[in-house]
Amino acid sequence: MSILVIAEHDNQNLKPVTLNTVAAAAAIGGDIDVLVAGKGCQAVADAAKQIAGVKKVLLADNDAYEHQLAENISLIVAEVGKNYSHILAPATTNGKNFLPRVAAFLDVAQISDVIKVESESVFARPVYAGNAIATVESLDAIKVLTVRGTAFDPVAAEGGSAEIEALSSDQDAGISRFVGEEIAKSERPELTAARVIISGGRGMQNGENFAMLEKVADKLGAAMGASRAAVDAGFVPNDMQVGQTGKIVAPELYIAVGISGAIQHLAGMKDSKVIVAINKDEEAPIFQVADYGLVADLFDAIPKLEELL
Amino acid sequence: MKALVAVKRVVDYEVKVRVKPDNSGIELNNVKMSMNPFCEIAVEEAVRLKEKNIISEIIVVSMGDKESQKQLQTALALGADRAILVESSDDLQPLTVAKLLKAIYDKEQPDLVIMGKQSIDGDNNQTGQMFAALAGLPQGTFASKVDVADGKVDVTREIDGGLQTVSLNLPALVTTDLRLNEPRYASLPNIMKAKRKPMETLAPADLGVSGKEHFKTLKVESPPVREAGIKVESVEELVDKLKNEAKVI
Ligand SMILES: Cc1cc2nc3c(=O)[nH]c(=O)nc-3n(C[C@H](O)[C@H](O)[C@H](O)COP(=O)(O)OP(=O)(O)OC[C@H]3O[C@@H](n4cnc5c(N)ncnc54)[C@H](O)[C@@H]3O)c2cc1C
Ligand SMILES: Nc1ncnc2c1ncn2[C@@H]1O[C@H](COP(=O)(O)O)[C@@H](O)[C@H]1O
Repeated sequence: MSILVIAEHDNQNLKPVTLNTVAAAAAIGGDIDVLVAGKGCQAVADAAKQIAGVKKVLLADNDAYEHQLAENISLIVAEVGKNYSHILAPATTNGKNFLPRVAAFLDVAQISDVIKVESESVFARPVYAGNAIATVESLDAIKVLTVRGTAFDPVAAEGGSAEIEALSSDQDAGISRFVGEEIAKSERPELTAARVIISGGRGMQNGENFAMLEKVADKLGAAMGASRAAVDAGFVPNDMQVGQTGKIVAPELYIAVGISGAIQHLAGMKDSKVIVAINKDEEAPIFQVADYGLVADLFDAIPKLEELL
Repeated sequence: MKALVAVKRVVDYEVKVRVKPDNSGIELNNVKMSMNPFCEIAVEEAVRLKEKNIISEIIVVSMGDKESQKQLQTALALGADRAILVESSDDLQPLTVAKLLKAIYDKEQPDLVIMGKQSIDGDNNQTGQMFAALAGLPQGTFASKVDVADGKVDVTREIDGGLQTVSLNLPALVTTDLRLNEPRYASLPNIMKAKRKPMETLAPADLGVSGKEHFKTLKVESPPVREAGIKVESVEELVDKLKNEAKVI
């Protein structure tokens, strides 16, 4: 078996979710190579070669890959990946964007959002917003998988000593162009990697009130999340949405404030180790998954919580 | 300009699905079915582009059993001009759907293809991207804003870190995210009018696509249930439990 893992990065830093994806590759077993495609991304390759268990790092450094445009990245991944038995990418918005194109080029299926490796060709994945778990067997010669990071403990970022091989590939499809980006800057930990998350829902009433949650987050070193309703209402930006169609998180502690607990929200957070719900409606479905439920008005409870921490 | 919109019939988003006792799949008997919510957003976006006179014709297509006609009817009532059903009682896998769409794309030559980012049954998030690759098109996935002008479409995309804007040459594929628009409801007169709009039915074989299986579903199980915990009486008790019982803070 030879497995190609596509590194997630921003040309400077290797994103930790790559380590979870390598863990999924290790569960399959076999030689693991990592592809770093980007521009001016030598530092990423230098980080990738230290990942425990990685045999070789392939570095494709070219203008065409600077912004991870799916049209270009899918070409190089298909070109390199066709010699492997498995191609894995994290199930991030980036992985979800280019990897299905790779599968189509190779005329194979993509198994999305793998949460468990049963064997080299059998994988488990959630369907119906996590209300069912499907076990599927791939019949393809090349298995193309996106990996749900929270389902695999990361391998060590250090300890490996892979060689770096530079590729001269410059696959520019020439049909798309990067225009711009608004990336939320935050001192807080990244949602999908945070140990503690505090999320607000429609019950927060407006964006300003999220400042209350921020104070709690500061004390706990927590990341901030939100329900779809809070994002749709414009209280907070889209990158904070947790759920079936937002981010999937599994922190040690998840605190849901003014969130009712719709199945689509639960799909994104019910694998958290400890769940706290603060809601004034004692019938709210969120209490069915909460380890500790507090029936209270959040406008009383949150300031008090902050004070006691 | 022509737009092609793909819509899928799925279990309604409000249904709490149950796994069949023999673990072969999901219980679908007597379960409410609807248009996939992301596909509703795709139809709405096409209709808005038509209202702005950017699009002149909207073709809506679905792959599935005969019942999918209902979702096509809904799309026609919302403003699509004609419908194509690729009828099959098989469980069509995403790559097969993408190939069928590619065949329809070749026949119809639309300038813009709009799809949902994800079907809420399979949660695959891949059919649009696969189709775009097969058709050699650029893609604007997870769109929260779409601007068509001068042979290009600018798409603002919801990505993990925030928002990204790309500019794509037409023809192009767009997949919708939740905040692209808020779909309208079909009015009664439009529902009546939709019945007179053309609906064509094709078989996968008519399009030269075989439904080769790329994977087999071995079993479908319920996820482990989370035990409901306890209710605490006060914030003090909550903090105490988190510190001394759960030991997470
Ligand atoms: C296709 C699709 C995809 C979706 N994807 C997602 C997703 O990824 N993530 C997601 O979150 N949702 C998603 N949803 C939406 C989901 O169905 C719910 O509508 C949403 O999660 C509700 O958000 P909420 O709990 O904040 O709001 P509501 O359901 O309105 O709940 C607000 C809660 O706040 C409580 N509250 C109000 N005031 C106070 C107060 N003063 N003190 C304490 N409690 C108070 C109320 O009792 C209530 O329980 C999706 C829906 C669809 C159709
Ligand atoms: N059987 C189908 N018929 C029509 N469109 C489909 C079908 N399956 C998937 N799609 C389209 O592809 C999108 C993404 O689906 P998926 O890749 O299954 O998550 C959906 O929102 C639809 O627009």
